[in-house]
Amino acid sequence: MQEHASTPQPPAAAAAAPLLPGWRGFSAEWSSDQRAFKKTPWHKAMMWIFLLSDTFIFSCFLLSYMTVRMSSVEPWPNASEVFALEIGGTSVPLILIAIMTFVLISSSGTMAMAVNCGYRRDRKKTAILLLATAALGATFVGMQAFEWTKLIHEGVRPWGNPWGAPQFGSTFFMITGFHGTHVTIGVIFLIIVARKVWRGDYDHERRGFFTSRKGNYEHVEAMGLYWHFVDLVWVFIFAFFYLW
Amino acid sequence: MAQAEATAQGHASAQGHASAQGHASAQGHASAQGQQHPIKVYLVVWGWLFVLSTMSYMVDYFHLEGYLRWSLILTFMLLKAGLIVAVFMHMAWERLTLVYAILVPPLAVLVFVTIMAVESDYTVFTRHLFLSTGQM
Repeated sequence: MQEHASTPQPPAAAAAAPLLPGWRGFSAEWSSDQRAFKKTPWHKAMMWIFLLSDTFIFSCFLLSYMTVRMSSVEPWPNASEVFALEIGGTSVPLILIAIMTFVLISSSGTMAMAVNCGYRRDRKKTAILLLATAALGATFVGMQAFEWTKLIHEGVRPWGNPWGAPQFGSTFFMITGFHGTHVTIGVIFLIIVARKVWRGDYDHERRGFFTSRKGNYEHVEAMGLYWHFVDLVWVFIFAFFYLW
Repeated sequence: MAQAEATAQGHASAQGHASAQGHASAQGHASAQGQQHPIKVYLVVWGWLFVLSTMSYMVDYFHLEGYLRWSLILTFMLLKAGLIVAVFMHMAWERLTLVYAILVPPLAVLVFVTIMAVESDYTVFTRHLFLSTGQM
């Protein structure tokens, strides 16, 4: 009753009825009228729900990978050797993947800093950190393109490869390809958000070109959620596909 | 350490954020829920992610095998995932309403994993049977 259904901004409702802490708050919010996420900005809640759906997509890919690998009677190619690189005459196992991992983690770090600077209203730093994140993301995609090229030259195809179980190729291209697509889309949106920050859109509540909603620095945080999610997925791919 | 800080800030968030960001009210309520944490927290987590990634790479580099390898891979993976979700994605500071809405549904995947593992075992069994006898 205290929460006015016609009030679009959660803070107004929150001011009327202070939120309860802990489990009491949990049950009160889930059993309340109209909306459960009282203090969470709308686009942040929606980004989380999108990421939840994306979690299931990647889970299904990794599950299919597990299924074909467990049910294969042919030996699975040794990722440690497949992804090794010749450096100075010696073969270093998995080195490119390790570097890619560090690049993506670093980009997650700069993204977290960008969100922080955004809430401090440090426009210039935020934009620079967002562009740094985009640059690291682009580096990651570039290295992935190099890896794909190398493997295709060595004869890896979705239907076969020189080292063992033919399903290796199909799962590899599917999983890393889908992840790389996510990174690429992220880089594009990072550049768009960086431009908006630089122009001061989030300081002046300039309306978005597509949604016509007022801009604010929470958009940077939603962008950050997406980017950290891409890093999160890589953690699982790195563990299950490359290291297992 | 991060956990203690998380709960401390979680309790203070209701009043703390409102007053700390009062100056921003000229721009409306936009930042009333903004996640404000010291830069140091992010740097510490960043460092740990590097350490954990290096350690999981070492698992491969030193050719650890069997259950030791798998348990180490899973441990480092879960620690990294936990740090990213809790701190970088601010889950440690969100309300329980959102936390459980997002973190509980993926547990269903574990059920799916179990089902498919059983299924794969059966598939590989029938394949061996077929390949050794030449017929079903």
